[in-house]
Amino acid sequence: MEWVNAVLQGTLLGGLYALFAAGLSLIFGVMRLVNIAHGDLIVLAAYLGLTIAVGLGIHPLLALAIVVPVMAALGYALQRGILNRTMGDDILPPLLVTFGLSVIIQNALLMGFSADPQKLQAGDLETASLTAGGLTIGVLPFLMFATSVAVIGGLQWMFYHTALGRAFRATSDRQDVAQLMGLNRAHVFGLAMALSLAVTGIAGVFLGIRTSFDPSIGGSRLIFGFEAVIIGGLGNLWGTLAGGVIIGIAQAVGGQIHPSLQLLAGHIVFLVILAVRPRGLFPKMEG
Amino acid sequence: MQVTRSSPASRAAAVIGLLIVIGLVAAPWWAGRADLRLMGEIFLYVSLATLWNLLAGYAGLVSVGQQAYVGFGGYAFFALTMLAGIPILLALPLAAVAGALVAIPVATLIFRLRGAYFAIGTWVVAEVFRLIAAQTPALGGGSGASLSADIVKTLADSRDLREAIAFWLALGVMILTVGAAFLILRSRRGLALTAIRDNELAARSLGIDIWRTKFFVYVVTAGMTSLVGGLIFLQKLRISPDAAFSANDWTAFVIFIVVIGGIGTLEGPILGTLIFFALRETMAELGTIYLIALGVVAIAVMLKAPTGLWGLIRARTGAELFPLSRRVTGLAPMSRK
Repeated sequence: MEWVNAVLQGTLLGGLYALFAAGLSLIFGVMRLVNIAHGDLIVLAAYLGLTIAVGLGIHPLLALAIVVPVMAALGYALQRGILNRTMGDDILPPLLVTFGLSVIIQNALLMGFSADPQKLQAGDLETASLTAGGLTIGVLPFLMFATSVAVIGGLQWMFYHTALGRAFRATSDRQDVAQLMGLNRAHVFGLAMALSLAVTGIAGVFLGIRTSFDPSIGGSRLIFGFEAVIIGGLGNLWGTLAGGVIIGIAQAVGGQIHPSLQLLAGHIVFLVILAVRPRGLFPKMEG
Repeated sequence: MQVTRSSPASRAAAVIGLLIVIGLVAAPWWAGRADLRLMGEIFLYVSLATLWNLLAGYAGLVSVGQQAYVGFGGYAFFALTMLAGIPILLALPLAAVAGALVAIPVATLIFRLRGAYFAIGTWVVAEVFRLIAAQTPALGGGSGASLSADIVKTLADSRDLREAIAFWLALGVMILTVGAAFLILRSRRGLALTAIRDNELAARSLGIDIWRTKFFVYVVTAGMTSLVGGLIFLQKLRISPDAAFSANDWTAFVIFIVVIGGIGTLEGPILGTLIFFALRETMAELGTIYLIALGVVAIAVMLKAPTGLWGLIRARTGAELFPLSRRVTGLAPMSRK
């Protein structure tokens, strides 16, 4: 029974990893950009949530109403102000610039908030649980998983049923032709990054409610998200959710075998999948 | 008309470089202990920067996980000396060989990832190495291990001589890495590398085996990075997973050094390291602000002058201290209409 429980908890945890990954998957799909600062932006969102929740004395989930638009605005500004200048055939400039951003954000957070672990207080929600057939499901992990499914479903719908999604797909297919058809590439890229960081905002607040965080943990969140994207297959959002769940289950089962194996198990499953299915489980596009 | 690689600047640089090396070899007689340590550290950073530059600037393999090999080299060195009882001077090259051997399966796996995803893949590998090191009780697990005094004393009895030997080893490794990078770039393989860097498609159509060329560079770089790692922890005398696999120390600083100095040139990493240490010695007390400033400068350089400082100097003067490019001399001046 405890193994079934581990798989269940892992699946729910995978929802959070899919949230980490969704923003990464989105910007890669639209503009082939890999944002190394993604993990640090998640942590930044968690600190933003903390500042707002404590400052206004509101529940962290209510703080989302401010965190999400602020992160989106930051994403748009970041893309238009800095990242658009690095877009081109050469992969080095975007990689090194986002790497520089990662170091800057991490150290700025260290200066502003110190290295002490922080946590978002969500009150009763943290301990509430549902029991069914001998299995116990925390309300919070369930809420995270449901949010993750809703966010990915929403992104999927946006991609295939809205004008914005059409603009994203057009730019993804052929940037120059999309530009000729009257789409402003710089603006479309800005919107993609805004949407990516809006999702990051949700991910950051949930991260902060679930565990304690400090400025240095961004890198490993980026890695979890990245593993989910690769396992799921590039450009496939539902695949990303599946990838997140696989990493989550691997970590939970590994942790069940021995607590010190938790992180290693996730990485090993990723490397094994990379060895057998280099393009991921459900690939839709070429890297 | 003839085609040459050397120029007056490169010949002068060779002579001056030789004089500097001779002066440095004699440093234990003219420099204090603190200066020796600082210089040793500078040499090791020049080595790391040169190796990362060979990967990213020439082979197009942008790795953000080279700390995997610094840490692996350090741990392999500790294991060989402490557990296997192998003499220090033999354990260092063995650590390098072990690093290269480990890099073979790693490369086979992560070369499946393209471009930027390759970069994060290298990071995953470094994480896996760190987690494994933290779970190896024989090497101290999560809290790390110290090199015992008995082992250290096999290097030399007096402390001054030990410090001098560590300094010479660092100097030797720097000359080895810069020299190896220079020779690789001048060889047939270097030409292939440059062709790949400039245009991968065209290089492939000329019959260059891109995968194999990159694989060769990755494995050689991993081996030499492991050697540097072994030396770093010989100087520190203590190793722990967090210090050995530190992304900041062994990758972030190194990337900033190369970007600011000039990526894709042999001179850039050396110039970048000198600037980095000059700044560090004057701004070290600023701590985190120093790192933020370094990040801002690196981003500004990447956006405004992607070839770095040495690229700017070369564009102005045409100077090249390491003769790599070919130039035509003795052409009759073109007649003007």
